[in-house]
Amino acid sequence: MIPVSWYLGLAALLFCLGLYGALTKRNTVIVLICIELMLNATNINLVAFSKLGLYPDIAGQVFTVFSITVAAAEVAVGIAILLAFYRNRRTVNIDEANVLKR
Amino acid sequence: MIDYVWLVPAFPLVAFILILFFGRSLKERSAWLGVLFMLASFVVALAALIQRLGVEQVEPVNFEWLSFGHVVITMGYELTPLNALMLFIVSLVSLLVHIYARGYMAGDERIHVFYMYLALFTFSMLGLVLSPNLLQLYIFWELVGVCSFLLIGFYFYKPEAKQAAKKAFIMTRIGDVGLFAAIILLFWQVGSFEFAEIFAAVENNQLSPGFITVTALLIFWAAVGKSGQFPLHSWLPDAMEGPTPVSALIHAATMVAAGVYLVAALFPLFGASPLALDVVAYVGAFTAIFAATIGLVQNDIKRVLAYSTVSQLGYMMLALGAAGYVAGVFHLYTHAFFKAMLFLAAGSVIHAVHTQDIRQMGGLYQAGLKVTGILFLIGCLAIAGIPPFAGFFSKEEILLTAWQAGRPGVFLVALLTAFITALYMFRLFFMVFGGKPRGGKGPIQEAPAVMTWPMIVLAVLTVIGGFVHTHWTGTFLGDWLKTGPAPTYGLEATSAAWILILALLVSLAGIGLAYWIYIRQPGRAEGWATTFSGPYRVLLNKYYVDEAYQVTLVRGLSGLSVLLAWIDRYIIDGLVRLAAWVPTAVGQLGARMQNGQVQRYGVTVFIGLVVIILAVVLSGGMVQ
Repeated sequence: MIPVSWYLGLAALLFCLGLYGALTKRNTVIVLICIELMLNATNINLVAFSKLGLYPDIAGQVFTVFSITVAAAEVAVGIAILLAFYRNRRTVNIDEANVLKR
Repeated sequence: MIDYVWLVPAFPLVAFILILFFGRSLKERSAWLGVLFMLASFVVALAALIQRLGVEQVEPVNFEWLSFGHVVITMGYELTPLNALMLFIVSLVSLLVHIYARGYMAGDERIHVFYMYLALFTFSMLGLVLSPNLLQLYIFWELVGVCSFLLIGFYFYKPEAKQAAKKAFIMTRIGDVGLFAAIILLFWQVGSFEFAEIFAAVENNQLSPGFITVTALLIFWAAVGKSGQFPLHSWLPDAMEGPTPVSALIHAATMVAAGVYLVAALFPLFGASPLALDVVAYVGAFTAIFAATIGLVQNDIKRVLAYSTVSQLGYMMLALGAAGYVAGVFHLYTHAFFKAMLFLAAGSVIHAVHTQDIRQMGGLYQAGLKVTGILFLIGCLAIAGIPPFAGFFSKEEILLTAWQAGRPGVFLVALLTAFITALYMFRLFFMVFGGKPRGGKGPIQEAPAVMTWPMIVLAVLTVIGGFVHTHWTGTFLGDWLKTGPAPTYGLEATSAAWILILALLVSLAGIGLAYWIYIRQPGRAEGWATTFSGPYRVLLNKYYVDEAYQVTLVRGLSGLSVLLAWIDRYIIDGLVRLAAWVPTAVGQLGARMQNGQVQRYGVTVFIGLVVIILAVVLSGGMVQ
């Protein structure tokens, strides 16, 4: 049986990849994908603990399904914003999305 | 009428308000309005004086003005003999000057403004002499100062008048600080502003001698400023830039005498301190001879009279300092009449010849100024101390007092001053009226009746006014003045024939010398001026007092103010600007982080998270 630390390690790796990408990539599409990666890292954690945690419970898996649904909605909103942004500025570079600065 | 004595200052106040509102449309008619109200005021004052003569004691009238805690400050009025006499002098001279100015100021565009100021001044001066407490006196004291400022600067388009007005105001203010400090000190120790309570405290030894001396000297300092005593005298001659009726009213008869009045009104306080009396006597004596010597060489008719005023005020101070309450007040009374008349006569001369330089005058008596000439002569005889004119009796009283108070030095200075006074007054008279007319300008017109009659009234008073207090016909004025409520009135002089004869001889010698120099040997004076050019120049430049003030006080204060301005600009303002700069800088730093780069925000959040985690881990859970 695979120990829980492997799941956690994989989740941490995924999370770090996502965080790195979200903070460094200029393309907003990539940033959105990276955010999905970070969400999925947490989903892995939830599933792992619902099966192998100290108090195994189905609630973890329920939450995961819930989280995936919310993520889908979030991506829809994110891409809608991105499209609106693209129409206005003719770019998808996130560092140019700075109209709210001082 | 004693119950209605408050009407005396009220009438000029009403006149002031009426002219203030309707002056523009009244124009020249405001003069008669002012005269009318002054006449009413004078009638009440005269009635009050006559009634006061027959009354032993008059209760002061007070009403509550302010009360805080258990302290109640009252306002009111009081009719002591001194007050009644001052009311009479002020209202009479003011009335006559009001009438006179109708002729002198005729045709002036701003005649209604002139009468407005004049009415305000009269109100303030009458209020001043009615005040029964120091606070009320101080308010009116400042009001007369303001009116003096306004009237000196009446011809404000002349730069000299503007300068003179400023100088007068600032120099008298320097003195007034002393009065203010004395009022605070007395209130602190006595707990009241009332004269009566202050005198009671002095009499009951409630105040230490040192304290009495300090407050008396502070009050005297205010009198020095107002009455043009050395070292604050130099504003008074410059104040002659104002219209001549103003010089007669304010700078000869009334306001400048307010300093003498102040010392007289607070005489019990001064009487309790020998040191303060010494200072008053010595400052008065020094001023008397100092100003008299300057008066010897001045060439402006009004300036000669101004230095004479300073000198005569010094005489009054000298008398008060020698504990001669009666002598000082008596001289104040006679001086008010003859000096006001001399100024009005000088105004009449200036009105006729349109110059103030006596070197361009001469022979004016023959040229047509007969009435003015005779009146001027009466004034000169009075101030020189020739019997039976009023000045003789008051000057004699002062000399007697100085001798009998055991001050031979002061007595000698007073005697010498009497000689110089006679000399410079008759120099003035001979240079203006004596000799042959210079001619060239055509016949000179005598002043209109509206100007001569006030002078004639004053001349009559100058002739007969002295008989209220003589050592032959009875010391009526002195006896009456001493019925006042104050506990002490100083020395009572007795007659001494040798002083009387000596004073008369000295005055006659002065007149004779003036006659010899300026009539018998014309040109002699110029010869002496070149022979003794050093002392002459010193006198002509008034002992360089103004220049000395310029170099020491004005320059010194300017230097100090430059330094203080630097401190203000760079240290005080620097601190203020630093206080403003710190929040701005913090704000700019914060604003620079709001750069709209969402990834930068993410990094910040991440670093913050790492810091928190590290803190929790490294502290072993101590930081929650």
